Amino acid sequence: MTSVEATLESSAKRSLLSRLRLNLPFLIWVSLLWLIAMLLVAVFADQMRPYAITKMDLSARMAAPGTPGHLLGTDDLGRDVLSRLMQSIRVSLVIAFGATLLSAVVGTGLGFLAAQFRGWVEGAVMALADFQAALPFLIMSLAVLAFFGNSMVLLVCLMGFYGWERYARIARGLAISASAQGYAGAVLQLGATPARVYLRHILPNVASTLIVSMTLTFPEIILMESGLSFLGLGVQPPQSSLGNMVGFGREYLTQAPWIMLAPSFVIVMTTLSISLLGDWLRDRLDPTLR
Amino acid sequence: MLRHILSRLVRSFLTLMLVMTFAFLVLRLSGDPALILLGPDAPQDAINAFRERWGLNDPIWKQYLAYLVQLLTLDFGVSMRDQVPALDLVLSRIPATLAITLPALLLKIGLGIPAGVYAALHRQSIADRGVITLSILGFTVPSFVLGLLLVLVFAVQLGWLPSGGQEGVEHALLPILTLSVGGIGIMARFARSAMIEVLGQPYIRTAMAKGLSWRSVVWKHALPNAAVPIVTLLGFMIGSLIAGAAVVESIFSWPGVGRLIVTAVANRDLAVVQALLLVIASSMIVANFLVDLAYGLLDPRLRSRRAAH
Repeated sequence: MTSVEATLESSAKRSLLSRLRLNLPFLIWVSLLWLIAMLLVAVFADQMRPYAITKMDLSARMAAPGTPGHLLGTDDLGRDVLSRLMQSIRVSLVIAFGATLLSAVVGTGLGFLAAQFRGWVEGAVMALADFQAALPFLIMSLAVLAFFGNSMVLLVCLMGFYGWERYARIARGLAISASAQGYAGAVLQLGATPARVYLRHILPNVASTLIVSMTLTFPEIILMESGLSFLGLGVQPPQSSLGNMVGFGREYLTQAPWIMLAPSFVIVMTTLSISLLGDWLRDRLDPTLR
Repeated sequence: MLRHILSRLVRSFLTLMLVMTFAFLVLRLSGDPALILLGPDAPQDAINAFRERWGLNDPIWKQYLAYLVQLLTLDFGVSMRDQVPALDLVLSRIPATLAITLPALLLKIGLGIPAGVYAALHRQSIADRGVITLSILGFTVPSFVLGLLLVLVFAVQLGWLPSGGQEGVEHALLPILTLSVGGIGIMARFARSAMIEVLGQPYIRTAMAKGLSWRSVVWKHALPNAAVPIVTLLGFMIGSLIAGAAVVESIFSWPGVGRLIVTAVANRDLAVVQALLLVIASSMIVANFLVDLAYGLLDPRLRSRRAAH
């Protein structure tokens, strides 16, 4: 990287930061703190949890929250709810992160391909997007998961298809209008390959819109994964995710509601924080919506 | 306009073909239905007879063609488990599902749109903040959490309503409430932002400058223009009338299409799953098609723009 490029980049970064720093509202602070806490829990789950997630204590089954040694109580097998909750946060966040990245990359890539080649490639991508929009995602996932069996990798890949068609439509539209703006044509005239034009010149210009879309799909993926796990078709025991904890806690709704309430609270708080943050980011960053 | 309708029809048909191909590929390539249904201990000749009967010995392309031919005669196959036509099984579940999704849809329209419009006309008021908060909650609280919370409060703690089953109106109340709360919020938010955008347009200022009453500006100039984005969301909600209640039906053990999906998938009942996928996708495609026609009726500008294409 030349020094000129470096200066340009750092000044771009500075203006981005200064745009962001303008007084953070209180709710955004709370959302940010919550998300940072969740990230820390996800990273340090092994060090933080008081018990192993499968450790049973049959003498202390369904202990209420606040019982010494079990801050959030225990479940039907005497396993510590707090420990399981931490592991679940890790699993759900890993799936949601992986899937969000995957769908952004796949969708943006296909959208750029459609914009570059037009013709039948564009037709095929748009037909696939129509197909994805016509089939409710939960139904499609149910079919695929039940018939191909269950594995973490498959689950992430499947969730990675969630919302790809939105990125594809956005990326295609933005790329087409960007190529009409002249700067893309200018670099092309200078001898850049199409791949370079798309990755180095068009992508940075459309990135903020795509990032905002990612903050919108992220909570939806968390909800989709927890819904699948709730139906018993997502993450499988002994592994645990937030939705799967709610699903099992449902059996003990009357005797031990905390088994189901703790993960529900985490799901709602996390999706709420990301949605608030995404809304706020959109107002700040997305030039197309200003 | 006619050309546009025709091109949309072709596109819809293409989408349906893709759905059929997807259903066929996923369900047939994933395993041997004979072994799954008869169990690993089944005698070999029973397995052979089963395969013969369901055409599972033919090459996959032959199965695919046979499948497409079958669909043209509206024959979706027979449920391997219940031995009744798969389509009949799916159709027999639709009334139960509509019994909870239709009232929920009416609530979303009847409460969501007026609330959103009211919020847009009274920005920054308490009602406006209420609508925004409710819509954010509707978007972030998953239906299974909301459903279980409602059960916890109204069935377990208060004992007012039953927590599951399908005997009378009181059994439908909690499922309908679970389905509609989030949707009301989302609809209200959509209607609100559509109205706010329209109210900022120059023609509204012109109408005001002409001295029209505020009431007639809102009813004659703003609302018709805000209808287009609202209809888009409405189309999506109508499209998901049949399939949108899978989780809620599971929570309240409501015997609708959603429950059928979960059990058919768990039993690997191929014919039923295929029929379900096609019925659900068709309802979605028809809804999208209708929305597209509605655009033309609602907004003459879209009509002429298309004609220019």
